[in-house]
Amino acid sequence: MFDYATLKLIWWLLVGVLLIGFAIMDGHDMGVGVLLQVIGKDDTERRVMINTIAPHWDGNQVWFITAGGAVFAAWPFVYATAFSGLYWALLLVLFALFFRPVGFEYRSKLPDPTWRKSWDWGLFAGSAIPALVFGVAFGNLFLGVPFRLDDTMRSFYSGSFWALLNPFALLFGVVSLSLLTLQGATFLSHRTEGELQARAKKAAQILAIVLLAAFSLGGLWVSRIDGYVIQSIGDVGASLNPLMKEVGRAPGAWFANYAKYPVLWLIPALAYLGGIIVLVTIRAGLTLLAFVGSSLACVSVILTAGVALFPFVLPSSEMPKASLTAWDATSSHVTLNVMLWVALIFTPIVVAYTGWAYRVMAGKVTRDFIVKNDKTAY
Amino acid sequence: MIDSTVVDLSRLQFAATAMYHFIFVPLTLGLSWILVIMESVYVMTGKPIYKEMTQFWGKLFGINFALGVTTGITMEFQFGTNWAYYSHYVGDIFGAPLAIEGLMAFFLESPMFGLFFFGWNRLSKRGHLAVTTLMALGTNLSAVLILIANAWMQDPVGSAFNPITMRMELTNFAALVLNPVAQSKFVHTVASGYVTGSLFVLGISAWYLLKNSHVEFARRSFRIAAAFGIAGTLSVIVLGDESGYAVSESQKSKLAAIEAMWETEPAPAGFNIVAWPNEEKQANDWEIKVPFMLGLIATRSTSQVLPGIHEIRAKNKERIASGVQAIIALEDMRKNPTDKAAQEQFKKHEADMGYGLLVKRHVDDVRQATPEVIENAAMDSVPKVAPLFWSFRIMVGLGFLMLGLFVAAIWLSIYNTHRQHPLLMKAFLWSIPAPWIAIMCGWLVAEYGRQPWTVFGMLPTHLSASSLSPASLWGSIAGFMAFYTLLLIVEMYLMFKYARLGPTAVQSNHA
Repeated sequence: MFDYATLKLIWWLLVGVLLIGFAIMDGHDMGVGVLLQVIGKDDTERRVMINTIAPHWDGNQVWFITAGGAVFAAWPFVYATAFSGLYWALLLVLFALFFRPVGFEYRSKLPDPTWRKSWDWGLFAGSAIPALVFGVAFGNLFLGVPFRLDDTMRSFYSGSFWALLNPFALLFGVVSLSLLTLQGATFLSHRTEGELQARAKKAAQILAIVLLAAFSLGGLWVSRIDGYVIQSIGDVGASLNPLMKEVGRAPGAWFANYAKYPVLWLIPALAYLGGIIVLVTIRAGLTLLAFVGSSLACVSVILTAGVALFPFVLPSSEMPKASLTAWDATSSHVTLNVMLWVALIFTPIVVAYTGWAYRVMAGKVTRDFIVKNDKTAY
Repeated sequence: MIDSTVVDLSRLQFAATAMYHFIFVPLTLGLSWILVIMESVYVMTGKPIYKEMTQFWGKLFGINFALGVTTGITMEFQFGTNWAYYSHYVGDIFGAPLAIEGLMAFFLESPMFGLFFFGWNRLSKRGHLAVTTLMALGTNLSAVLILIANAWMQDPVGSAFNPITMRMELTNFAALVLNPVAQSKFVHTVASGYVTGSLFVLGISAWYLLKNSHVEFARRSFRIAAAFGIAGTLSVIVLGDESGYAVSESQKSKLAAIEAMWETEPAPAGFNIVAWPNEEKQANDWEIKVPFMLGLIATRSTSQVLPGIHEIRAKNKERIASGVQAIIALEDMRKNPTDKAAQEQFKKHEADMGYGLLVKRHVDDVRQATPEVIENAAMDSVPKVAPLFWSFRIMVGLGFLMLGLFVAAIWLSIYNTHRQHPLLMKAFLWSIPAPWIAIMCGWLVAEYGRQPWTVFGMLPTHLSASSLSPASLWGSIAGFMAFYTLLLIVEMYLMFKYARLGPTAVQSNHA
């Protein structure tokens, strides 16, 4: 059994892995959903786009569900405080996500054009809204969220939903929306052909530039705001509750980890590298590499934000000492240990059969395929 | 003080969204195995009609599955949004099976769901059958894990309170996973899904046979559904009985309320077949009782005594008073962690702490808990009798009715006399909703019967909700109602449309 402090660190990493898995896998589905209404010109084209992800959307969505479950199991404080506090933001995401499974499954079951167009808007909303809200939520983490804890660890949120939509957080929303849509664009470039492919490639180029610009601007802005610092904390290798520490705010504190370990600057650098790979390879027609590039951007953008916040997970602006961190918002030693073994055993299995499913369904989706499989295709 | 309106509305929202989710789950559980059976016959015999059956019922399976997934997303997050204190207090234990469900079950079921529909021309016959089987397996695995989580709420094993983090923590993972309540609950629940899937296929096939259309297709589907259905119904009944036994061990209050047993009777207690429970009088207005039967079913003995509601309340009153002492000691320990006297007092009363928390519905500060408050808390410690008494009887009655239906279906199938019994065939069609009604009654028994607890004996429902405003709750309930109603209309429309189309819906693809 690993010692408790190490396990806490490992679980911070594992939650990160799940978020990254979500961004890469569910991200390209959401990107396709957003682009559906942007580059899909007619019904058959939109069906081509949907059918590139038809066999996979359900499996990919499990990354989102499992991330929720893993946060519950590993960081129950975070699961309880964040989801009840950010109640309407989370419900907005849930309501938007409702459109996806039914949208995919029902859209092409009736030939009526109004029916299909309505579902296409549903798929668009079900993809764009969560992609935007995730970034906005991340942005608000940097600002701190107004909640407090009483001495029985009950949390009370005092902010409003609208306060979450501030310009700073919306910029983070632009980052996440462009990141996931880019992921969809590179995927479509790889799995479609002809005019649709050309449009997807163009979208990928524009999105890569938007992403890098918003990412840079976000970094600059973060350097201008006050971050959070732990001033004192109990033994991180023991059971702690969030109120057993002192937390202060300081300008530029979100860069403290980078200042302490300059090698970490490689992480944001890789985000730029990912964007550049997309720009270079997409023109050369190396579409699979472009998808690798945008996936690299997913990994490094998320890690860049995570490393900046570390060890904070949910800073509190109202009661800084109640901020939830990777040291004091976790599950018990026993649970973290059991769950680590579960993750070590099952993650490779998940990757194996997801990879197998993609291999079985490999190849381009064409207009011809849709016409021939009118009744069975989505 | 916690706002009771928020608690009530949170319960309403959870019950509504969970029950709505469970409209789709049982059909998925049952149909997935029926698809495996049909496709296995196809692979073994090579007869294309069985492939057609797999594809057609698969189509209806897909329409249903989409809403199961949609409404399942809500469930994964709703503990956090609406039951934040619950999530904090027991998340260390309860979160684990939920996360494992995602990793082990959903991640298996979902990629296979995609390949089931789109892999027909890309996989070998056996390869595709393997996909269908894995999909069914994943679906059923998810039931195992969520029922492990639910069983822990019914009978919390393998955990201990940590005064530093102010929550329950996992001490024994094996005890959580191997909880005997979970095992009987799992078989009882998935088998009820098998019954649902079987009666669904049986009813629609009966309708085709009545109309004399797709006869070969319908006759074969009918036979498979009848055979699978009878196995399912028998499992539901046997394991339902086993669940009853488990409840008598862990939740005497639930059992007493189901049976409207107000007074403790000498062992073995009699079973009220019908009665008229009267909450005001705290007695039954009248009852028809079979002597000895309850004692024999619930305790498997002739000597073990089952306590009545009055006796349970009296015992709970003592535990509440003791639990209050634990909470007071805990408060003293928070002020001064080295307070030896408080530590000793806490140890002494720790086992009753959950009961002490029951007074928080009436007073914020447990030190203000007068004997009258404790009396009131004891009064709430047993759920209302009538809803449990009746929903249990509806569930059991429907269970036996369905057993009769499946026996009749087997008989018709063996002698191939569908045409001679049109009334019976109509009965199959009109009974399609029966398993759903029984299942909803069953969940009411399980969950309402656990009240006033979210985790039995450990955490009262009243303390479990999030600190939200009633306005937020009204808003979210309105949102769920609007979305769910709309989606249900769409789903039913497609289901009816494709059921009416029949196998022609898939035949035209091969043309």
